[in-house]
Amino acid sequence: MADERRRNPRPGLVLEVDRSTPPALFHYGEGFRLEKLPAGRSRILYPPEPLPGLNNPDQHIRDALENPLGDSPPLSALLTSGMKLTIAFDDISLPLPPMRSPDIRQRVIEAVLDLAAQHGVDDVHLIAALALHRRMTESELRHAVGDRVYDAFAPSGNLYNHDAEDPEGMTVIGITPHGEEVQINRRAAESDLIVYVNINLVAMDGGWKSTATGLSGYTALRHHHNPQTMVQSRSFMDQENSELHKSNWRQGKVLKESGIQIFQIETTVNNNTFGHDGPLAMLQKREWEWTLRDRATFIGYQTGLRRMNPSTKRKIFSSWYSPYELTSIQAGEVEAVHKQTTEHVYKQQLVNVEGQTDILTMGIPYICPYNVNSVMNPILVACLGLGYFFNMYRGKPLVRKGGVVIMTHPTPWEFHPVHHPSYIDFFERVLSQTKNPTEISQRFEKAFAEDEWYRHLYRTSYAYHGVHPFYMWYWCAHALDHLGRVIIVGGNPDAVRRLGFRPATTLHDAFEIATDVVGSQPTITHYHSPPILMADVQ
Amino acid sequence: MAQKLSSRELRRKTKQIRHAIDGTRRRIINLKFIRTAQFPYRAPSTPKGIDPHPTESKTGSSFQTSWARRTPARTIRMLFSEFPMRPIVQFFAKPAMIGVETLSDIPEYQPVIFVANHHSHIDTPLLITSLPLRWRKKLVVGAAADYFFSTRITGALSALFIGAIPIERKKITRKSSDDIAELIDKGWSFMVFPEGGRSPDGWGQPFRGGAAYLSLRCKVPIIPIHLTGTGAILRKGKNLPKRSETTINFGKPIWPIDGEKSRSLAKRVEISVAQLADETSSNWWESKKRLYEKETPTLHGPQASSWRRAWDLSHLKRQQENNRLWPKI
Repeated sequence: MADERRRNPRPGLVLEVDRSTPPALFHYGEGFRLEKLPAGRSRILYPPEPLPGLNNPDQHIRDALENPLGDSPPLSALLTSGMKLTIAFDDISLPLPPMRSPDIRQRVIEAVLDLAAQHGVDDVHLIAALALHRRMTESELRHAVGDRVYDAFAPSGNLYNHDAEDPEGMTVIGITPHGEEVQINRRAAESDLIVYVNINLVAMDGGWKSTATGLSGYTALRHHHNPQTMVQSRSFMDQENSELHKSNWRQGKVLKESGIQIFQIETTVNNNTFGHDGPLAMLQKREWEWTLRDRATFIGYQTGLRRMNPSTKRKIFSSWYSPYELTSIQAGEVEAVHKQTTEHVYKQQLVNVEGQTDILTMGIPYICPYNVNSVMNPILVACLGLGYFFNMYRGKPLVRKGGVVIMTHPTPWEFHPVHHPSYIDFFERVLSQTKNPTEISQRFEKAFAEDEWYRHLYRTSYAYHGVHPFYMWYWCAHALDHLGRVIIVGGNPDAVRRLGFRPATTLHDAFEIATDVVGSQPTITHYHSPPILMADVQ
Repeated sequence: MAQKLSSRELRRKTKQIRHAIDGTRRRIINLKFIRTAQFPYRAPSTPKGIDPHPTESKTGSSFQTSWARRTPARTIRMLFSEFPMRPIVQFFAKPAMIGVETLSDIPEYQPVIFVANHHSHIDTPLLITSLPLRWRKKLVVGAAADYFFSTRITGALSALFIGAIPIERKKITRKSSDDIAELIDKGWSFMVFPEGGRSPDGWGQPFRGGAAYLSLRCKVPIIPIHLTGTGAILRKGKNLPKRSETTINFGKPIWPIDGEKSRSLAKRVEISVAQLADETSSNWWESKKRLYEKETPTLHGPQASSWRRAWDLSHLKRQQENNRLWPKI
């Protein structure tokens, strides 16, 4: 019965809340809340159930490499003895939470290297394409590429993190007709072939964003990581209407015309974030389907988590690895590949929704792309809620213009001193003066981006680049422009106010506060995620 | 204070004690009811002129092990594998594992055949404690009938604690393979060292075809495994174990191909184990390149005098990663 259901997953669901609807699950950082939503004017968006994974993924990978899409020859035809091969792969920010071993990157890279060995390729470099993200640690790299690949390449210095601030290691390829510089890792640029190994968790990932952003630096990124581009990307998860996407594509075109040969390998995973069974399985079930065991487990978690300190809770949650399964793999020419990849992402994540509501509620979980094995600081809370979750739509936002977003998260005034040093200064020095993304970009961005100390920490420690907190704030620009108010339930009031949002103790209080903006009896949508869903709003 | 005895006195007293003990034994044997006991308290003698009925051996390959696969014995075995087997193995072998994640694609209830090179008595407990739980629960281990099952006590202990089943290695017989095939068909996984015994000199010996035959017959995959470092712990000819770091390198499952001969499959398995050995002594990438250039070193070592074979072994030490490229944070 369970197997039958797994083979035939149900699509997403829009549940109209009535008096019989059980309280809805809200993620709340390293914890959870169960909240009753007002009957008659609320709806809950549930993600589609996980699609079945591919049987024998290794065989599918080999098939994809030999049957590429677009005008690309098979990978084996591109590999020759004596060539320079660079394999770039997505960094720690994908997938979320990290997946169980073997990681897809490991499978794909092993298959690519297997072919390379077969064709006598000796000069191979592997680069973690992390742009301005923090460098990956040894254990993170080992998890991504596997011990075998790590032990074969890292000791000789041929597996490493991309360094966007290495003056010798970066090169400008050209300029787009819109005046955007195109910068890329020199080793990649000088290679006879770049093989990019991607994991497409959301529709924004992949395509030219892989190389044009992942292997790039501040010189190129500033052209699309800015408030103007973000406000015009409606949303940046919808390629047809994303200015971010268009800018990346223009840069990709320059890369292509410069003669750099790229063999793109894109993969998609299902949204089996918490497992069909196991200790967190109830988090991806619909509440009325929770069994006695699920309820008992949930109560146990709540009781235990209330007694733990934040650090212990973080350690416990960070130890969760999702049992994601490969749902598709495409390889070949970048744009042809990405077109199919996006369809597979939509197939797993899209939920049809009718119309907008006055209020959008969302539970913010413990993890976002920038705090893996780290602390979810207030800027990242804002970025995940207003940057990512708000933008998970196609068509129009789930909440009307001038509406309210209510998020639940403890939002501690806490930062990881190694990973997020520039975030601390951004929060203390910049947000204390202004919250306006455009003003922030004009007054403060350059100083942070060119700060030698932040550069040093980015290059030699494990710090995000100095400009990274700015990008997180720009990520929120579209939502800030669209919304009338943002409320965080259960957050640290000082931290929430510093973000420019309103704190509330309970969800009921938050609804009360929202009535100032949206009037009494507002309509409500609850975005029940993770697992990830994307709303197709008509 | 005890008086120190002269050596002559000491010998005399020792002789007296021995005599007293021997006398006791003799007196027990001479007890009347033992001496005079008759059938049925004593085994019957065979009448003259009649050929004695051939007695069925209960040791060696005839040793019955089915009792060791029932629930009570399996429970004892599982408990024993956790304590004391696991701490002992950890103490002596400190295993590092490579490639165990490659086994995650094998379906849940798929029986498999684990095939590994063999250097030491610790190989079996090392593998038993390192395998994922789903196979450990239903695992039988092929053990030499003439060694592990030579007496009923060693056979019972081997069957109970490591799940051993006897394999005849000195005679050609189908009984062992029939028994094992029946178990595999019932969902049991099978672990075997196809070299037929521990390495005499540290180099590998040719793989026998039994595992490949079973794989083809039962249509189950073979998991090639290479063990490094166990030879230093309890190699052939040693009675006391020494501590050593070990590496267990799991290869990708090898499925039998329709119409394939067992000799060809055995060759594929041997090459795969050789590639794993090469990987352990160099790295995955170098070993792959050598594999495609058909330059993978064999497991058997050079065809040369014994001192040169021993000399060459010293080059196969695993590359240690002494220098962490990234500090721990």
